[in-house]
Amino acid sequence: MPKLSRQNSQRIAFALITLAAVVVVAPIFFIVGYIIYEGASAISWEFLTAYPYNGMKAGGLLPAIVGTLWLTLGTAVVAVPIGIGAAIYLSEYAKDNALTRAIRVAIINLAGIPSVVFGLFGLGLFVIFLNFGTSILAGSLTLGIMTLPVIISTAEEALRAVPQSFRLVSVSLGGTRWQTIRRVVLPQALPGIITGVILGLERAAGETAPILFTVAAFFLPRLPTSMFDQTMALPYHLFVISTQVPGMPVHIQYGTALVLLIFVLSMNLMATLIRNHYRKQRFW
Amino acid sequence: MTNEHEGQQKRSLSWVEFLIERAIQVSGISAIILVVLIFLFLIKEGTPTFLEIPLSSLFAARWYPIEEYYGLLPLILGSLIITIGAAVVSLPLGLATAIFIAEIAPEWVRDILKPFVEVLAGIPSVVIGFIGMLVFAPLIRVALDIPTGLTAFTGVLLLAWMALPTVVSVAEDVLDAVPKTYRDAGLALGMTRWQVIWRIVLPAGRSGVLMALMLGVGRAIGETMTVMMVTGNAARIPLGLRDFFMPVRTMTATIAAEMGEVAQGSPHYHVLFAVGLTLFVITFAVNMAAASVVFRQVKRAERMLS
Repeated sequence: MPKLSRQNSQRIAFALITLAAVVVVAPIFFIVGYIIYEGASAISWEFLTAYPYNGMKAGGLLPAIVGTLWLTLGTAVVAVPIGIGAAIYLSEYAKDNALTRAIRVAIINLAGIPSVVFGLFGLGLFVIFLNFGTSILAGSLTLGIMTLPVIISTAEEALRAVPQSFRLVSVSLGGTRWQTIRRVVLPQALPGIITGVILGLERAAGETAPILFTVAAFFLPRLPTSMFDQTMALPYHLFVISTQVPGMPVHIQYGTALVLLIFVLSMNLMATLIRNHYRKQRFW
Repeated sequence: MTNEHEGQQKRSLSWVEFLIERAIQVSGISAIILVVLIFLFLIKEGTPTFLEIPLSSLFAARWYPIEEYYGLLPLILGSLIITIGAAVVSLPLGLATAIFIAEIAPEWVRDILKPFVEVLAGIPSVVIGFIGMLVFAPLIRVALDIPTGLTAFTGVLLLAWMALPTVVSVAEDVLDAVPKTYRDAGLALGMTRWQVIWRIVLPAGRSGVLMALMLGVGRAIGETMTVMMVTGNAARIPLGLRDFFMPVRTMTATIAAEMGEVAQGSPHYHVLFAVGLTLFVITFAVNMAAASVVFRQVKRAERMLS
């Protein structure tokens, strides 16, 4: 066999690589497109605002949608203050020492813990040990802890991107360290932080495994009234109606998947828009 | 305003600052506290297993909790086969996609592609499991002419695909981190762009590629919902190539499927926590290894600069 010329080997390699990229990206179009195609017919006002009935084979998703909204809000309440606080610590206070390295290792590990193990932990600590029961509170705490590493890393990145000269100016004008952070660094980093927070919450909203034993109800045709109530949630509901309920109408399954996908991807879109908008405005 | 007043104001401000800075410090170490807390709770609920069930039973080949068979071997091997399979498929694909995005694609293609990879990262695993069950598994069943499409193979393909955003983004960072002067030197010597990528960029970033692989593995071994929905969940020991096209059951799927139905404090409950503890230890080890690569890289970069 004659040896390939350098140009031809480049052509072949680039063709293969392009093919690989297509193999990676094409299924994304397919999945999203197919769910829209099959699920769009199920979407109606009733589907979004009614309670399910007839063994969940008819009616709507209201309790699951409301439940997911509450859980997302609860996750934000738990994860945002601690996450931003930790990011401020790492970016503005931490020295390069053993403690800081330990914190970084802990964040990497926290990010790597399987979601179902967070579920176990939530069950052991919040549901049983602290006696919150299966509740929105227990679920939010579990999801919040799971989301923490995402928020910390993105917020820290946003804070570090603020030029050092901004801090120097503020300090030279007599500002204390906290005043500098509060008045100068945080406002500049805010768009980046918000983007990170939304991306973190997006993940939490779509998670099923951590809420399996901490909050999710199989079927609960009423809305939660306190944070000690159980609730249905969209991802768990999709799991239930696609694996546990025989004879489920297919268009309801796809419709549920579509609602969940819209919920999650609109958060993704929002984060992207915020990031692009402020990136253009930034003067540094 | 009198001096006294000013002094008071300043003191109250510094008091508030003191509190805020303490709160920031506590948040700072929250990650450490949480990892330790998670570890302790898994130990607290998981270790009673080793008192209740003899080790020989735990390492037996049969998992059938209703009749008190708690052999973990099929679950561990199930997770292993799925994870290794997913890593093997996902590394070359992810690396190729990263090369495409970073080195080959024109700017406008890149601007479209990157958000799409992020979209993939955002699709909930239960949705991918759902499509896997309804669309993908039947395709595989027909294409390979096997009794069920819910197999290890199906899980591997979907999982490999789901691990891609992680692999791609880490690999992209790696390619970015290789200094431009390296490339310029190669091109100046008359190498083609592909030769530069293959002979210079990839070798220079190999420790980062290793890290991409490890993080992808960490992502794959912990994935729960998709795996539970598409692998069929039969707790049998996968031995040969044929088992690859049969149902398997992973550690994560076992916890997710069974924890809801066990009595709190029963042996079955404790075993499931022990499985969780095992997962925690494995992902911890994988991530520590990945982290050590990062730190080593930083050190090397510092040495080169000094």
